[in-house]
Amino acid sequence: MPVTTLLDREIHVDDEGFLTVYDEWDEALGAELANQIGIEMTDEHWSLIRFLREDFKEKGETATTRRVQSAGGVPTKRQFELFPKKPAKKMAYIAGLPKPHGCV
Amino acid sequence: MRRLLVLGAGTAGTMAVNKLRPRLPESEWEITIVEQSATHYYQPGYLFLPFGSYQPKQIVKPTAHFIPKGVTLVTGEIDVVKPEDNTVVLADGTALEYDYLVIATGTTPRPEETPGMAEDEWHKSVHEFYSFDGAMALTEKLKSWDSGRLVIHVTEMPIKCPVAPLEFTFLADSFFKKKGVRDKVEITYVTPLPGAFTKPVSAKALGGMLEDRGIALESDFLIERVDTEKKAIVSFDEREIPFDLLVTIPLNMGADYVAKSGLGDELNYVPVDRETFLSKAHDNIFAVGDASDIPTSKAGSVAHFAMDLFPENFVRYVDGKAMTEKFDGHANCFIESGAGRGMLLDFNYETEPLTGTFPYPVVGPMRLLKETRLNHLSKLAFRWVYWHVLLRGRHLPISSHMSMAGKVPAQDS
Repeated sequence: MPVTTLLDREIHVDDEGFLTVYDEWDEALGAELANQIGIEMTDEHWSLIRFLREDFKEKGETATTRRVQSAGGVPTKRQFELFPKKPAKKMAYIAGLPKPHGCV
Repeated sequence: MRRLLVLGAGTAGTMAVNKLRPRLPESEWEITIVEQSATHYYQPGYLFLPFGSYQPKQIVKPTAHFIPKGVTLVTGEIDVVKPEDNTVVLADGTALEYDYLVIATGTTPRPEETPGMAEDEWHKSVHEFYSFDGAMALTEKLKSWDSGRLVIHVTEMPIKCPVAPLEFTFLADSFFKKKGVRDKVEITYVTPLPGAFTKPVSAKALGGMLEDRGIALESDFLIERVDTEKKAIVSFDEREIPFDLLVTIPLNMGADYVAKSGLGDELNYVPVDRETFLSKAHDNIFAVGDASDIPTSKAGSVAHFAMDLFPENFVRYVDGKAMTEKFDGHANCFIESGAGRGMLLDFNYETEPLTGTFPYPVVGPMRLLKETRLNHLSKLAFRWVYWHVLLRGRHLPISSHMSMAGKVPAQDS
C-alpha cells in the first residue's frame, strides 16, 4: 500500500488515492482532499460526508448513491449537483473511504 | 421433527433442496420449498431468444420436475417473513413455521423504478430481456426492426448476470450483420460503470471488442429518466442519448416480501456473511443465490459454486458445529461474442477476471478472455448440464474455489 503525505501527516492510500485506514481521516484532511478535486465544501457537503462516515462505521461499506438517497435523504440529483460527474466516487474520496464497489 | 423452509425454487433454491435432502434424515427433518411459479425458466436462455437461436420450449420446464422426493413443494406467493415467530405467511393466508429458513427468491427487473421506462413506450421502442415475457416481446420486435439507433443500457449495478448486456450487444452486432443491415444500425452501449466492465483487465478487453465492432461506449451514465416524447434516456448529469430502440436492463431488486419483513437492504437483498451466507440479523436464516448481498456476480455459476459448500456447512451448523467451508466468491461466466464464438471469465472476491487458460475437465483447457469457438459451444452445452446435472444437485467436476492455475497475472496481460 502506498503512503502519501498530506497536511504533514503520513496517510495510507490505494493506487487511486483513496484512504485505506478509517481512523487516519479527520475533517481537516477531508477539506484538503476536497480541495484536491476542486470541490468547495459547504455545510450541505459536510453533512453528506458525515453521513458517509457514520454509515461506513456501522455497515463496513461505503454507501452507494442509492443508499445516500434512501438512508441519507439526499436525492441522487442533488448528489450530482454537489459532487459533479461522479458523486459516489468523489464523496468516498473526500470522506476517506474506499470506493464503493461496482459489483461484478 | 425439525423444519427447514426454503423460499424460492430457482437455481439456488432447487439445488439447495436437492443437496440437502440426502444429507438430512427424513425421520428427523421436514423440508418444504415455496415457489410462486409453476414453471422453471432457464434464465441464461433469455439472451438467445430475441435472436431466434433458442425457442421458448427449450428453456421452460415444470418447477415440480426438479423437486426431489421427500421435499414438499408449496405453490404460492410469499407475503411476509416473521422472524420473531419463525413463520412465513403466504398471500393466501397460509402460515408455514420453520426452525431454519433459506431465502432464495433471487432478483428481478423493476422498470417501474425509473421514470418513463415502463410507460408509453414500454414494449414498443423500450424493451428488456431479463424476463421471459420481456425477451418474447423483444423477439417480436427484432423480427421487423432493421434500422436506426439501438441503445443497450444498464440502469444500475448490481444486475443479474452482469455480462449479459455486453453479450446482447455482441449478438446484436452479429445479428444485424447477418441480416445485411449492420450499416443501417447505429449501436451504443450505455453503462453506469466507468468502462465496459467492472475490473481493469476485462474492461480493457471487452471495451476493445466494442470498438472493433464499431459500437459506441457511453460510460458513467446514471439514468434519471426515459424521455418518451423525445425518445431519449437522460442522465442525472443531463446527458441525453436518443434511441429508436432501447434495450435496457432495468434496476434489479430482491423480492418485495424481503423489504416488508425488514430483512433487506435498499435493494431488498439480505445482508449475510459472505463466506457462509448466514444472515447478519438472524441466526436461523440464510440467504443464497441472487437474494443475498454478497459482493460478487449475481449469476447461476455463483449459486452453483456456493451450493458446493453450503449443504456441508448447513449440516454442521444445525448440529451446533462451526461452519468450516468458506465461500471465496468464485464466478465463472461464458460470454457470447457473436458469430459463433465465445469467451470465458473466471474470478472471485479478490481476483479480477484474467487472461490465460482455464483447466476445464474433459474438454479443456479453455481460453480466458479470448474469443473461441469452444467457449461458445460450451455455453450452448451448458443448457443440458443445467437441466440434467446442476439443478438436480449432481456433482460437476469443477472446483468451487477459484484457482490461479493457467491465469496470467494482471501486470503481465
